Amino acid sequence: MTSATPSISLLRQMHRTMVLIRFCEERIADLCESGEARCPCHLCIGQEGVAVGVCSALTDDDYVWGGHRSHGHYLAKGGDVKALIAEILGRATGCAGGRGGSMHLIAREVGILGTVPLVAATIPLAVGSALAAKLRRERRVSVAFFGDGATEEGHFHESLNLAAIHGLPVLFVCENNFYASHLHLNERHLLDNLDKAGELHGVPGRRVDGNDTVAIYNATVLAIERARRGEGPTLLECRTFRWRGHVGPALDIDVGIRRRDELKTWYEHDPISEVRRRLVEAGIDETELDLTTKEVQAAVDDAVAFARSSPYPAPESLADHVYFRSGGR
Amino acid sequence: MSIRTLSYAHAIREAHAQLLRSDERVFVLGQGVWSPWYAGASLQDIDKEFGRDRIIESPVAENATTGAAVGAALAGMRPIVFHPRMDFMFLAVDPIVNQAANWSYMFEGRIGVPIVIRAVINRGGEQAAQHSQAVHSWFMHVPGLKVVMPSTPHDAKGLLVAAVADGNPVIYVDDRWLYADEGPVPEDMYEVPLSIAEVRRTGRDVTVVAASFMAREAIRAANELAARGVNAEVIDLRSVKPWDRTCVLESVAKTGRLVIADSGWTTAGIAAEIAATVAEERLEMLKAPIARVCLPDIPAPMSRVLEQAYYRTSADITATVLKVMGR
Repeated sequence: MTSATPSISLLRQMHRTMVLIRFCEERIADLCESGEARCPCHLCIGQEGVAVGVCSALTDDDYVWGGHRSHGHYLAKGGDVKALIAEILGRATGCAGGRGGSMHLIAREVGILGTVPLVAATIPLAVGSALAAKLRRERRVSVAFFGDGATEEGHFHESLNLAAIHGLPVLFVCENNFYASHLHLNERHLLDNLDKAGELHGVPGRRVDGNDTVAIYNATVLAIERARRGEGPTLLECRTFRWRGHVGPALDIDVGIRRRDELKTWYEHDPISEVRRRLVEAGIDETELDLTTKEVQAAVDDAVAFARSSPYPAPESLADHVYFRSGGR
Repeated sequence: MSIRTLSYAHAIREAHAQLLRSDERVFVLGQGVWSPWYAGASLQDIDKEFGRDRIIESPVAENATTGAAVGAALAGMRPIVFHPRMDFMFLAVDPIVNQAANWSYMFEGRIGVPIVIRAVINRGGEQAAQHSQAVHSWFMHVPGLKVVMPSTPHDAKGLLVAAVADGNPVIYVDDRWLYADEGPVPEDMYEVPLSIAEVRRTGRDVTVVAASFMAREAIRAANELAARGVNAEVIDLRSVKPWDRTCVLESVAKTGRLVIADSGWTTAGIAAEIAATVAEERLEMLKAPIARVCLPDIPAPMSRVLEQAYYRTSADITATVLKVMGR
């Protein structure tokens, strides 16, 4: 077993990516509020630590699958920020050419073959890309990101079993933010034990503080090493919280419920502040971190400008790509 | 190319074997792939020939199994998923319809889902409502899917090879009632192009359009009709999505009469789609109303007496054609 504590340079990189996700999401919230972004946007502000902690332990070859709330996964895996904003604004330069929007992101070059909003749907797809890797005798692993709501779908339980029986290199990452849309976990589950969901199938599970990015990174490294050794899948339950509503920019009003008290507690446990604290404790100058923040902000500004100046898809292209043509794009 | 006689089931098996031999991306995944009980001769001992790493028997989990095949296809493999009964495939509709069918469009053709989903129609024998359904028309409704339904051993092999090569999600529907039928099958690997119908019998009085088992029945009906002085043209669709509009419309322009036979239910089925298209495009050519020979909108019954009243055969096609002919 290797010790997995991230190096200072990796910690710097994590900080930068988390700040990028935060600024991106805040900017998207503004674009939603002004009406410029019209597709449903599910923001991951407050949950950046899970995406970054996990993806920091992966290579470009590893596959990552996500769902409706996947801006963070896309950016953490190395997806292009310009193509993200352009996609959300429905432009031809978007990562899916303006056919998908916020809930359909793709970045093949970094192992994202598609994120889609049907809850739990990409969990079996991750098992499938892991099966492909096993059949081809590759070392790459597959990660399925999903929320606590997805654990209620049959997809999830069938997939745990299928991955287990074939010893597939999959990491199941449950981002437990305690709400499936408007409904709290304790109104959907008798027990608070998502980390144990794999036990019946022989899939080991671990509960991790979802706002402790380093803890998530460490847990991921162990699970990935296990998967690459051919010892099969692992389930991580990362307990975190989204600061915005289920969908859209609203701060504390979430489809008919108010969560102000809960939010206060979670604001004090901000995953970005936590990584920043570690860097400062390691002797990194705060002005350097402030500079990073400014650089990232400028990159997001550039992405928005790029998206705004990009053309919309041509109406004549409406019927294109219903069927796939190899080399067609 | 040497041609010999093979059964429909053996032709399917031969296509699998040649695909597995020629392309290492191909693998087979599903319930019953190691068992002749589920697959008949269509996968007989194929696990022994190609190994159980590539012929993967799955847990009782249609959803995750089919979803995993979609994921493997997105990751560059060419899976063939086996559903020994189409009824059970309903549990896999999310990966088929939401995922596989939409993926190319959702992501602007940046990636495709080269998956073949083999759906077996396995009815009769008093199996009743949940072991008998033929729901190819459901999938025909969905943009992004292709649906093929071979009626002969030749096409059973060639359509499977073409389906794997196509690069899109293809629902390959085979019918247990055809498994023992024999016919000429070339030994080499070959493709039957998707979306091209075959005129099985030329005629001038009436066009009979059918697919799969009903195409066989249509040919039998046409032989009976010939003895009664009616010259029927039989079109075997082979692909029901996309289907060969040109072939059907040209034939109707020639004969002026149309009967459509399908092993699925009447409402919103293949026959309804073809009838609507002909009405839109060739109404002025029709000398008689279009007629359909499909299952009534009733679940499959059990008792053999009820089964006999339920399923359609060549006799129903013959009777319907005679009615359309005003005889």
